[in-house]
Amino acid sequence: MKEEHKHVKTKKYGMVIDLDKCTGCGSCMVACMSENNVPFKKDETNKLDSITWLRIYKLTNGKKFPETDICYIPRPCMQCEGEHGHAPCVSVCPATATDYNHETGIVSQIYTRCFGCRYCMAACPYHARYFNWWDPVWPDGMEKSLSPNVSPRMRGVVEKCSFCFHRYQLAKNKAYAQGRRELKEDEYQTACTQACPAGAITFGDLNNHNHAVYKLAKPDNKHGGRPRNPNAFRLLEKLGTNPKVYYLSTREWVRRAGDNYIKDEGKLEHH
Amino acid sequence: MSTLDDKAKEVSAEAVDEAETESPTEVNEKKQDNGPWGYIILFFIIGFAASLVIGWGIFPKVLYSQKKQPIDFNHVLHVAAVEEGCESCHFFREDGSFSGVPKLAQCVECHEEVQGEDPNEAKFVEEYVAKGREVPWLVYSKQPDCVFFSHIAHVNMGKMECDTCHGHIGESTHSKVYEENRITGYSRDIWGKNIAGLKKNTWDRMKMDDCAECHAENKAVPKTVETLPWPISWMPRPYEKPASSQVRVQIDKDACFVCHK
Repeated sequence: MKEEHKHVKTKKYGMVIDLDKCTGCGSCMVACMSENNVPFKKDETNKLDSITWLRIYKLTNGKKFPETDICYIPRPCMQCEGEHGHAPCVSVCPATATDYNHETGIVSQIYTRCFGCRYCMAACPYHARYFNWWDPVWPDGMEKSLSPNVSPRMRGVVEKCSFCFHRYQLAKNKAYAQGRRELKEDEYQTACTQACPAGAITFGDLNNHNHAVYKLAKPDNKHGGRPRNPNAFRLLEKLGTNPKVYYLSTREWVRRAGDNYIKDEGKLEHH
Repeated sequence: MSTLDDKAKEVSAEAVDEAETESPTEVNEKKQDNGPWGYIILFFIIGFAASLVIGWGIFPKVLYSQKKQPIDFNHVLHVAAVEEGCESCHFFREDGSFSGVPKLAQCVECHEEVQGEDPNEAKFVEEYVAKGREVPWLVYSKQPDCVFFSHIAHVNMGKMECDTCHGHIGESTHSKVYEENRITGYSRDIWGKNIAGLKKNTWDRMKMDDCAECHAENKAVPKTVETLPWPISWMPRPYEKPASSQVRVQIDKDACFVCHK
């Protein structure tokens, strides 16, 4: 048993979302909710207490008619690495209910450990975490269509996007059946990636130079994963959260919208 | 004006007086005093014994309800009849998932008609095969929803034997009684028969600690302490780090996600 376990390369699963391709249709949100048994209520008008692991935001450049432009930006959990796995939510969790998995680079959320203090929600700069104010109630008959691979969450715990971690586990099982330990790129893909009709979302291992995500974002893994592709950016890059979700856009105002700047900040740099 | 201290002195002085006046009858009263103490000790012993009996005997009995399997299954008979042993019914699918308890379709391959004279056989064919109903088997080893367990990782990759966790089920001639925890709804095989939580065999319990114990023993702890007379999980942490990133369950902090979903 002991000799069998050879060292397996550590992964850094990440996502690249092309905002020029995203039409804001919401397929990814729907796919995510049904894949992960995300609970919903009859009345979802109060967005403060509705749960959406993946949420699409709408940005505008704020200009008048001829120059007006909009952009939709899907926001899953960024699976921040911070420095050596110190993601903002991980470092504040008093229960070790959320942790940075060094094997996959995914930030875990263990519902049975979470006791709902919501420090992580306060710490997350992306609002990617949601609190269950109620036990989930499914419409009659819908319980039968729930995914058995994802445990439903109870009242009083925090939940968030897991990059469809259960799909990773199932893909691993399949690889084991064939006597492999390493996964191929297409064996593990998230539900939102597969659902996107525009093909805007790409998913893969950012450590693997052959994967599409690496080629698109060209992350500089030695310098906090900063993208070397000039069109790529990450949300709130300046905070140093080192997120693993990259966005692509050829429009400068979109790239600038991904972070906070002081007025005329870019211009000052030229002096 | 008298201070509080003075008052206290007065009171104690009175107490001494009273004690002195009572002294002649002291010897007689001592004999009678033994009475209430005897009752108190007796009451304590009875109460202690009663709570022990309730806690260790009655409560565990009340906690678990006893259920019978719909069909009394004879493993020995089946193992002798099938060609590929256990794997004839409990096999891995192509996608790496484990078949677990077989579905009716597999049983029907042999049991389309009643074979032999066992009343269980007749019941099985009449009630389930003829009507096309799945048998509602009670699964002794069913884990909670939040647990992800990969059979193939342990059996194919880890080269583990089934009986390490499940015991020698293949040698049973009758299905044992299924005991269900009335509060949690889980099988007693998860917590184990022994109410004190002691175990003699590796298959006596199926709690998280039991998974962790094996993982720690096999991967994390140097050989010198493997022969300790107590569970390895009692050893002070941190354990020695394993060489492989594959099996860090319960050893590294970030390993929860391996088995929890």
